[in-house]
Amino acid sequence: MTTGEIKRIIIIGAGQAGGETAQRLRQAGFDGDITLIGEEPTPPYQRPPLSKAYLKGELPMDRLLLRPSSMYAEEQIALLTPVKAVWVDRANRKVRVEGGRELSYDALVLATGARPRKLPLVGADLDGAFLFRTAADADALRPRMVAGAKLIVIGAGYIGLEAAAVARQLGLDVTVIETAVRPLARVTSPEVAGFFLDEHTRQGVRFVLGGQPAIIKGQDRVTGVGLADGGELPADIVIAGIGVTPEITLAQHCGLTIDNGIVTDAQCRTSDPNIFAIGDCASRPMAHYDDRVARLESVHNAVEGAKIVAATIMDKPAHTVEAPWFWSDQYDLKLQIAGLFQGYDHVAFRGVMADRSFAAFYYKGDRLIAVDAVNRPGEYLGAKMMIQSKRTLPPDVITDESRPMKELLASAR
Amino acid sequence: MPKVTYIEHNGKEHVIDAPAGQTVMEAAVKHAVPGIDADCGGACACATCHVYVDPEWLAKTGEAGSMEQSMLDFANDVETNSRLSCQIKISAELDGLVVRLPKSQH
Repeated sequence: MTTGEIKRIIIIGAGQAGGETAQRLRQAGFDGDITLIGEEPTPPYQRPPLSKAYLKGELPMDRLLLRPSSMYAEEQIALLTPVKAVWVDRANRKVRVEGGRELSYDALVLATGARPRKLPLVGADLDGAFLFRTAADADALRPRMVAGAKLIVIGAGYIGLEAAAVARQLGLDVTVIETAVRPLARVTSPEVAGFFLDEHTRQGVRFVLGGQPAIIKGQDRVTGVGLADGGELPADIVIAGIGVTPEITLAQHCGLTIDNGIVTDAQCRTSDPNIFAIGDCASRPMAHYDDRVARLESVHNAVEGAKIVAATIMDKPAHTVEAPWFWSDQYDLKLQIAGLFQGYDHVAFRGVMADRSFAAFYYKGDRLIAVDAVNRPGEYLGAKMMIQSKRTLPPDVITDESRPMKELLASAR
Repeated sequence: MPKVTYIEHNGKEHVIDAPAGQTVMEAAVKHAVPGIDADCGGACACATCHVYVDPEWLAKTGEAGSMEQSMLDFANDVETNSRLSCQIKISAELDGLVVRLPKSQH
């Protein structure tokens, strides 16, 4: 199908990826029908602040919205919420939504996101046990986040640790249970994980590392968490932050190729050329990593997918893919991450952790593949630009604090 | 409500009603002013909301903080009046503010 023949676009999933796609198609001059279908009642909004400023009560919902709700009508984007798409008929290019209504498409964008993993434990449905993904989750949680309440976070990933940081700042009693022997095991090096462990400990968070939660205790509401070794910790609130699984049900039912996420090419096209997949639900070749296929869960990846799809559908020059980036805010620490650290064989530090301002540069051979920068925006951006342009610098050079990062960037080859 | 004027690199002007308490970036994004990407939503994590503050307004907008300045060092075509618009909070005092947008955010 050529671009000129695409008159009707359906986007399933009204998160950041879906919302940005609708917006960018209009910006690029698409004048056909756009239907954006979302399961949540709210128009597209930013998720990252949910576990940060929003949870703390510092940011109202209207500031999380990607665009004011009125803009969808103004731009003739049909926003269907809360509506669940239940079936994709590829042969006839139709989407069926709950209630039976069918909508036709020329191009379909799957931006179905991911679902938080539920704790596979007795008691996981008790009042006081929370998953953490949506604004509704944060809204339900916030009134319980009162000083003195006992919170147990299960899972020491970024979401769990961000929630723990907010909770400490609000005066809760916080314990984090992690089955691995260190926090952030999937997402950073032991060194940087150790830094965050120390910081949270200093802030009064208790950790049970290598702990195996066995049951959420309580009659009609949570009273504690039982561990496999027989121990028990009291709790008023339990937050599960044990990762997400990509939402691929529709794609599976209609027979698209799946590998962790919905598999796409670099243009975000799935195994059906009329269907694209973007954001948390999709696996795509990574331009800066020898086209290794990866599924990223990030704002950057959501926005990137939207840009790629809009350019492809509108037959514009291909969007230049940026190196992946992420961030996390905990206490007064701003962690900025560029690149993908998996497979590194060496890490070099610029600055010292004790100053709470340092950058960890990850290398594979002599190639710089990622950076974790804590309160070091210059190091983050400099390294990101090097990764972007596939340049590198030897570890002993990049860690030389007598040379400003900008100068180092200029000398990278 | 305070008004902020955004002037695209090609000269096109957008006058936006910008509620006090929001940032100059947010008001632009919510009204789809082209040329401010703001991919991170205002977390000072992406440096894609670079603007030039009209010199008359510099005293009122104040100066870039240290984190912001470190990010700006890596933006394209940085001038002495460069700011990240996610770090400028709108107030009644800034009613009439004029900012110009760079050629590109990337």
